[in-house]
Amino acid sequence: MSTALSAAPKANRHIKVGKIIASIAAVALAIVWVFPVYWMVNSSLLPNAVLNSPTPRFLPFGGSLNNFRAVLSGGTFFPALKTSLIVTLTAVVLCLLFAFCAALAISRYKFKGRQGFVLAVLFIQMLPAEGLFIAQYKMMSSVGLLNTAIGLAGLYTAAVVPFTIWMLRGFVAGVPADLEEAAMVDGATRTGAFFRITFPLLAPGLVASGVYAFLQAWNEFTIALVIMQKESSRTLPLWLRGFVQQSNTREVDWGQVMAASSLVALPVIVFFLLVQGRLTSGLVAGAVKG
Amino acid sequence: MTTATVPPAQRRRFHVAPYALLIPAVAILLAALAYPVGWQIVTSLKQYGLAQQFGQPAPFVGLANYLNLFRDSQIWAVVVRSVAFCLVNAVVTVVIGVALAVLMNAVGKACRLILQIGLLLAWAMPVVAAMTVWVWLFQWHIGVVNWLLNHIGFNFTNHNWLEKPLSFYLVATIIVVWMSVPFVSFSVYAGLTQISPEVMEAAQLDGASGWRRFTQITVPMIRPVLMIVLLLQIIWDLRVFTQIRLLQDAGAPLASTDLLGTYIYRVGTGSSDFGMAAAMSVFVLILTMVLSAPYVRSLMKEDAA
Repeated sequence: MSTALSAAPKANRHIKVGKIIASIAAVALAIVWVFPVYWMVNSSLLPNAVLNSPTPRFLPFGGSLNNFRAVLSGGTFFPALKTSLIVTLTAVVLCLLFAFCAALAISRYKFKGRQGFVLAVLFIQMLPAEGLFIAQYKMMSSVGLLNTAIGLAGLYTAAVVPFTIWMLRGFVAGVPADLEEAAMVDGATRTGAFFRITFPLLAPGLVASGVYAFLQAWNEFTIALVIMQKESSRTLPLWLRGFVQQSNTREVDWGQVMAASSLVALPVIVFFLLVQGRLTSGLVAGAVKG
Repeated sequence: MTTATVPPAQRRRFHVAPYALLIPAVAILLAALAYPVGWQIVTSLKQYGLAQQFGQPAPFVGLANYLNLFRDSQIWAVVVRSVAFCLVNAVVTVVIGVALAVLMNAVGKACRLILQIGLLLAWAMPVVAAMTVWVWLFQWHIGVVNWLLNHIGFNFTNHNWLEKPLSFYLVATIIVVWMSVPFVSFSVYAGLTQISPEVMEAAQLDGASGWRRFTQITVPMIRPVLMIVLLLQIIWDLRVFTQIRLLQDAGAPLASTDLLGTYIYRVGTGSSDFGMAAAMSVFVLILTMVLSAPYVRSLMKEDAA
């Protein structure tokens, strides 16, 4: 007992030193992880004369928005943005609609084949695009949907619908059916009760799922690479790839490449921060709560 | 759970409704995923080369494509590389991810927030944008990485990282780990916060060292989440395509740096042997299904709860 007491201050100091080291490590690692993101923004503001010098400049002093201006006036950004918007928004709307109906079915009804459907959905969400794109390419070319926004949007919808069903299922199950029934007792019709009571409560879930679907479709590269081979039908990720692709054959305009990357990345980062929490818990739900 | 609260009478009355509600989702999944999978299985059993693409009938050849696949030493090399790459990346990601989660748990609120914001920003980066930045960081002539290494005493002037397969994979690993660690850290951190501080304190009073507390208490308690994230990393890293493809774009030799995804892409689009490409795709799909089974089982448990 007495030895333990006399050892206490020393142990305390030990813990304190440990905590300081841990704090320094945490901040250092944060810097390591954020550095590429910072470097993208930093480089996008600097002129190529600075970027091409052998000594990097770590702060954007003397920077300007010239790279952004050059990218935007290059004439290829806006068509790609338009394609991306059409593809993504179509996919998001279809995906939410389909997934919402399916989520209602599996969380509000008990029916034959329900478990089989859930099992299929969970397996399908694991299917890698890399194991499917050859067949999807052949299918799209045989129905004449290669290089079309609607074709790509259809493939994206199918790719994102499974996880969206899974995510929405949780939200629908979280709204007790009793609430709806209470409204029906008070004289509302079933549809009325659904739209007045359940639907507003599901809004956050729909927004989160919608943003998730948006991010998936907006960032997708593999399927787009296979389906959208014409230069005029490129989505933003393909457009961005075009810049780096030639880096071995000619001098790359890194300032513009980084400005282009920033244009693609910054809106996505904002969106992502909005749904991050739900995304993590959706993927490992059973394990964390278990 | 909620289905149990629906009175039986209603359940019977609306028995067509659930099927009607499933129609759109099932239709799109059948059209965009099930049909291609079916086509792929059928094509993998056929001879389907250039001649067939120009209208010749494609004869069934049974399992010949699969046999060729297993006999082809180049494909074996790709498979071995893919599995090795996937395992190394998954393990490194999970180890670093857990370390960062433990660190988050150990530091004060301010430092934790700084670390979390750093990780979140990296996680949020769209993969193509992230790749352009990394290619720029590793650029042989004016990239920051070479500059930094020169600065601390090594000689990396004009060193081309993408030229040799091993250093190509090192760069790919750094990028994949950087991208994947945030998800692991946040998931594991969520698990760590569930461990009651009393248990830890009791162990500490009993004289257990930090490392012992970690291996004897922390790891067993977060075991379920560890298993899930490790499994997901393995599945995701096995199908890594975008990162490899974009690094190849930046000037790496294709044949010696291909992994499964990029190889299928090259066989399918370049040499136009759809039969072989389909056989390899089926192989990848089966591998993924097998690996996914435990994950799907754990999610089904969640559904039943």
